[in-house]
Amino acid sequence: MLETLVNVNRMVKSFRRGAEEIHVLEQLDLQVGRGEFLALMGPSGSGKSTLLNLIGGLDKPTSGTVAVAGEAVEQLNERQLAAWRARHIGFVFQFYNLMPTLSAQKNVELPLLLTQLSARQRREHAAAALEIVGLTHRTSHYPSQMSGGEQQRVGIARAIVTDPTLLLCDEPTGDLDRKSGDEILDLLQALNAQQGKTIVMVTHDPHASARAGRVVYLNKGQLLLEKPE
Amino acid sequence: MKFLPLVWRNLWRRKLRTLLTILSIAVAFLLYGYLAAIRAGMETGVTVAGQDRLIVRHKVSIIQLLPVSYLERIRQVPGVKEVIHSTWFGGVYQEPKNFFPQIPVNPEEYLRMYPEFRLPEEQKKAWLATRTGAIVGKKTALKYGFKIGDRIPIQPTIWRRSGATPVWEFDLVGIYEGADKAADESQLFFRYDYFDEARSEGRGQVGWYVVRLTDPGLSEEVAKKIDADFSNSPWETKAESEKAFVQSFAKQVGDIGAIVRAILTAVFFTILLIAGNTMAQAVRERTGEIGVLKALGFSNALAMLLVLMESMMVAVAGGGVGLGLAWTLIRLWDPTGGALPVFYFPVNDLLIGVALTLLLGLATGFFPALIALRLRVAEALRRL
Repeated sequence: MLETLVNVNRMVKSFRRGAEEIHVLEQLDLQVGRGEFLALMGPSGSGKSTLLNLIGGLDKPTSGTVAVAGEAVEQLNERQLAAWRARHIGFVFQFYNLMPTLSAQKNVELPLLLTQLSARQRREHAAAALEIVGLTHRTSHYPSQMSGGEQQRVGIARAIVTDPTLLLCDEPTGDLDRKSGDEILDLLQALNAQQGKTIVMVTHDPHASARAGRVVYLNKGQLLLEKPE
Repeated sequence: MKFLPLVWRNLWRRKLRTLLTILSIAVAFLLYGYLAAIRAGMETGVTVAGQDRLIVRHKVSIIQLLPVSYLERIRQVPGVKEVIHSTWFGGVYQEPKNFFPQIPVNPEEYLRMYPEFRLPEEQKKAWLATRTGAIVGKKTALKYGFKIGDRIPIQPTIWRRSGATPVWEFDLVGIYEGADKAADESQLFFRYDYFDEARSEGRGQVGWYVVRLTDPGLSEEVAKKIDADFSNSPWETKAESEKAFVQSFAKQVGDIGAIVRAILTAVFFTILLIAGNTMAQAVRERTGEIGVLKALGFSNALAMLLVLMESMMVAVAGGGVGLGLAWTLIRLWDPTGGALPVFYFPVNDLLIGVALTLLLGLATGFFPALIALRLRVAEALRRL
């Protein structure tokens, strides 16, 4: 039995659109074990990304709790959340979201600017992360000079460079062709298997979710253990 | 410091836009420098006015004369250390556009009263020995190519000479220099005894008196006493501090300070809108990126600081170039062609310019920084 790293308890998230209240997540419970690779699947609008944002402290639940490594995330204020994210969370986005004005190396160094590391140490850490994703030959290249797959690898290097507790990936292969997507999934699997990284990956691609150790489904704000019909 | 490269890179994301913004700020500060120099020129004397000097003039206006006999009576007023008189001559050198002030004075007393005008000792002796002698400021000497030994003809507009020749001729015996940049080096001083004897009318009358006090703190008291002594006489006086006098003289042209302030307010307001809009646009374009930075752990305050740093860099670059250019060009080129007694960029105004630069950076970055501060990460990421 894995130690629980993420514990989502009776989570409710609602948005107000004019007079109408939209319930995105309803009384949702989810546990993710340390070292687990979990895929969150579901149709568009099912609340996958919202759940990911709540786990990553990018948004606050309407009610319920989220604990990551015992830390009650929903109780942290904005400043504490920012510091907590910097220390514990690595985000991988669908569209990579690299800074176009920075080289691969500098993009990877970005989260390290929030640490006490010296410039030399930041360079060394970033170089190590780029080596893990197999991009040592692209360190000085800018995002516009790289393919989508390479950009996503840089995004993953940026996510792991601080050695976070949890990797949150929002459709990491959604903007890639099958071959590049497979390479990214290989990389995520390797990070999980070899480095013990806990990964929560949102996807609606069954091919991607097949790489995960466990798959859960979200439909209309409710968690299902099996794929809905 | 470690965030500077990130800010720097963002700044040059759109090179042309950044360059044009910097250029517009630079032009505004160049204009600021020139206006400051013009104001300094128009108000010359105000800044160097002695704290311990009073000016006594006719109560009605400066063009009304006072009897020279007042000199001794003013000297008797308690608190007066010394007193001299001056008169506006208002002549023309060759043609009307060649303007520079000419003032008849008693040489020794005048130079003692105004130590800011420095005249070599041998030239001073020559002036005392030459009845038709005159001294001129370095600026005017350079402008018209005057050399010691020259005879300078001045066509009168107020004071006609008695006798056949209307033109006054002065023998240039000295060229004085100002003790600092603010001292007026444009004037020509000649001897009052020669002037009084040769003028066809108004003998025994002078334009105004300059009084040195034993104690600057007595200024108001002595001024009141002098005015009281001459009240109900045919030549009532108005005594005031030299600074107030020079200011009111400058305001005959217009309130230069207010005019300069009005122009600068308009210019800086425009620049504020231009640079502020540029910054706001730059931040709007990067909403998603700011959201990503926050997702990576950058705090709201840090995101705000990065935007402010960017606007400060633009303002400092523009302000620095503008003020630097103004400082250099004003030294090299006087667009008034010497019409002003002094033309320089006062250090005080330069420092105010530096402060304005920083203020502009803060003001232009304020609202965009506020946008960055308030940006909600989840919302920003949804927009990507």
